[in-house]
Amino acid sequence: MTWQLTPRLPAQPDFLWAEAEPKASYDVIIVGAGGHGLATAYYLAKNHGITNVAVLERGWLAGGNMARNTTIIRSNYLWDESAGIYEHALKLWEGLEADLDCEVAFSQRGVLNLAHSLGDVREGRRRVNANQLNGVDAEWLTPEDVQKIAPILNISTDVRYPVLGATFQPRAGIAKHDWVAWGYARAAHAMGVDLIQGCEVTGVLREGDRVVGVDTVSGPIRAGRVALAAAGHSSVITASLGLRLPLQSFPLQALVSELLEQVLDTVVMSNAVHVYVSQAHKGELVMGAGIDGYVGYGQRGSFPVIEHQMAAAIELFPIFARAHVLRTWGGIVDVSPDASPIVGLTPFEGLYVNCGWGTGGFKATPGIGWVFADTIANDRPHPLAQPFALARFADGALIDEHGAAAVAH
Amino acid sequence: MLRIPCPWCGPRDETEFCYGGQAHVPYPADPSTVDDADWAGYLFFRDNPKGWFAERWMHRAGCQRWFNVVRHTVTYEISASYPPGTSRPDVA
Ligand SMILES: Cc1cc2nc3c(=O)[nH]c(=O)nc-3n(C[C@H](O)[C@H](O)[C@H](O)COP(=O)(O)OP(=O)(O)OC[C@H]3O[C@@H](n4cnc5c(N)ncnc54)[C@H](O)[C@@H]3O)c2cc1C
Ligand SMILES: [Zn+2]
Repeated sequence: MTWQLTPRLPAQPDFLWAEAEPKASYDVIIVGAGGHGLATAYYLAKNHGITNVAVLERGWLAGGNMARNTTIIRSNYLWDESAGIYEHALKLWEGLEADLDCEVAFSQRGVLNLAHSLGDVREGRRRVNANQLNGVDAEWLTPEDVQKIAPILNISTDVRYPVLGATFQPRAGIAKHDWVAWGYARAAHAMGVDLIQGCEVTGVLREGDRVVGVDTVSGPIRAGRVALAAAGHSSVITASLGLRLPLQSFPLQALVSELLEQVLDTVVMSNAVHVYVSQAHKGELVMGAGIDGYVGYGQRGSFPVIEHQMAAAIELFPIFARAHVLRTWGGIVDVSPDASPIVGLTPFEGLYVNCGWGTGGFKATPGIGWVFADTIANDRPHPLAQPFALARFADGALIDEHGAAAVAH
Repeated sequence: MLRIPCPWCGPRDETEFCYGGQAHVPYPADPSTVDDADWAGYLFFRDNPKGWFAERWMHRAGCQRWFNVVRHTVTYEISASYPPGTSRPDVA
């Protein structure tokens, strides 16, 4: 580990993107300029040559969950379907800076998922085995091994949540989420994509069962295809079509401390105590909490969740007791019944959904952008998206990732 | 922190309660005739409005009884609290 007080941060590119005025029509309209919408636009242009594309954003670019998340990237999910999409994403992360010609501070510092009970241990070991069978790097570590990787972690046994072991994915890590968004925005803009901020979609235009555009606060815009990447607000948009999605939207919170010397050079997550922590490039401790206990669209979370998270964090990392909470914030996440995303076609021709990523969709950004663009361009699910179809809730083929995803990350 | 009015105990902090999701979702009257799509609807599909929402709460650290609340999902304002088995009052 190199101990640095002021790690180098790359300079921003001179030019990112230019604001565009909406045209009367586009081949593809993407709703939502979070990471998923921007990455989808980029791969539509790059992989499929579709550049007559607009990304419509209600607020400002990446002002939703994209720049509110705790940036954890990993692919150690349990089921084959999940390994497929998340590992595809991780491989793209590994080449992303070169591909976008833009630094995103992707740092493969590894992720520990702590086990605090016999149930956790069994789930973790099973997941390590499943990961290895899927070619995803994963190891099971004893408490002593865990402490070698994260020396400040308290592994004593006389605590409420003793560390009984952990899964470790060395290729996992973090990136700077706003730079990722800007990198995709810049590259998509350079290929001709219109990025339009302050343009809320208020309804979907249809002719029979075919979607032909969207209504916005700046008037109607026609489109051959409409792709939703609106995260926590997906249900609100589809409700205007009478299309129900199996989603509930919840506030999810995170917080940072002041800038501190480097004390933690890996990512530590704990499902049971609902805390996950890393130390960002500048030195602040970044900690995420669990979702609020009730449906909500207020972009703020409830205080008891933070209190609970801090109590757990301090037990796991006693030295954090001296740190201060500098800022807390919340984002609205779209939680699905099986903790897996919903991606693909809809009962409406020309309408595609990408939602349900809940607490863990940042890590998927390049992978889902790639797969969603392919799904839209070819009007059929990409093979990696196929299992995540909306139809799974009726046919029963759920992809239950509560073990790997129950904690927000 | 929400202050949730329990119909029996009065207003208490949210930490005393647990959440039951959307209210007024009845178990299918004749389960053997329900097709896959309707089962999926009953099991997995809930309203997710940005606005007023009727939802179930249980006063776990108090009287342990379930009841319903009408709450706004953006402002978190609560406009009604009523016992189970009664219909949603005509507020907001
Ligand atoms: C506190 C927190 C921590 C998290 N930590 C992690 C983590 O460590 N690792 C991880 O993998 N994931 C994490 N996530 C989840 C991750 O951030 C999301 O799953 C992911 O960002 C969702 O995709 P997105 O970037 O496209 O979403 P968003 O950035 O939310 O994009 C959706 C966009 O749609 C816009 N929109 C909504 N409605 C409309 C409309 N009607 N018209 C126009 N635009 C509209 C919104 O304004 C928003 O900009 C976290 C989330 C939060 C809130
Ligand atoms: Zn009570």
